[in-house]
Amino acid sequence: MTTVLKEWPLWEVFVRSKQGLEHKHCGSLHAADAAQALDMARDVYTRRQEGVSIWVVESKAITASNPDDKGELFDPAADKIYRHPTFYDIPEEVGHM
Amino acid sequence: MSAATDYLLHLADNALVLGQRNAEWCGHGPILEEDIALSNVSLDLIGQARLLYQLVATLKGGDCTEDQLAYFRDTHEFRNYTLLELPHHGPLSGYAQGDLDYGTTIVRNFLYSALMALLWEALEKSADADLAAIAAKSQKEVRYHLRHARDWLVRLGDGTDESHARVQASLDHLFPYTQEFWAHSPAEAAAIEAGIGVDVASLRADWDAIVDAALAEATLVRPAVGGYVTEGKKGIHSEHLGFLLAEMQSLARAHPHGVW
Repeated sequence: MTTVLKEWPLWEVFVRSKQGLEHKHCGSLHAADAAQALDMARDVYTRRQEGVSIWVVESKAITASNPDDKGELFDPAADKIYRHPTFYDIPEEVGHM
Repeated sequence: MSAATDYLLHLADNALVLGQRNAEWCGHGPILEEDIALSNVSLDLIGQARLLYQLVATLKGGDCTEDQLAYFRDTHEFRNYTLLELPHHGPLSGYAQGDLDYGTTIVRNFLYSALMALLWEALEKSADADLAAIAAKSQKEVRYHLRHARDWLVRLGDGTDESHARVQASLDHLFPYTQEFWAHSPAEAAAIEAGIGVDVASLRADWDAIVDAALAEATLVRPAVGGYVTEGKKGIHSEHLGFLLAEMQSLARAHPHGVW
């Protein structure tokens, strides 16, 4: 038996702005398929000239980390300041990095 | 009125009247995303109407303004296709209330956008430089309107039994009104003569191709047409335009010098 979907699947929308180098997550929406999600993302998220490129991906395709794992995943990085490249002298000519 | 202003009013009234009709969905869309999409389409159309009314006001000079053209003309002075003033439901008398039907909205937007995608493109070569510039801007907008309407036409037509039956009924209801596209009004004939306007009849084969391809994909049957050809573009309208204008114009008429 085929399941009849009462709700359209959820999609995550990523938009690259004119100056932006990468697509940034800007929200989500409901759509029947990828093509429709793209059109709807255009209407919902780029009405005010926010973007020049859109990606959509079905939300269920995203594997997210579990908030309960926060301690073991992220806390250990807190005291490893040597991982930040802040101990180098940068020549003047290089300017802002 | 000159050939140019009469022709520009035809184009402007088309955009304004359909923009106003589609705006009825604002806050009532079938889903949030479509509500926003339809509002975007409406605002594009009202924006096109404004540019054209501003151009007419400049050509007419004197006290003429875009607001005067939109809000202080009566039914018989509007030059839009009758198709565009019809309510979002099947045939009912002017004062009858029907539920807004999305299939009707989509079919109308599709039939009109398919024409305007071709007409605006052709008008980019108008002898009137201002009109050519408006055409270039509008052409991009209407290409998206066509894409949006076509996408939904196929989804509804090739969807469930109910969506198919309903959108076919909308098509049967609205298709005869497209006959008005092809019969020249005096204003169109004069504008073609002056090099300002485009002979819509020359776009007919391309329009047929766009329509037939979409209907085939949507598994819909193209209705046979014949009989009465509406004459909205000559100012002879259905009973529905009066109700639409009454709602649209009442605020401006209650506060004639209001600015907002």
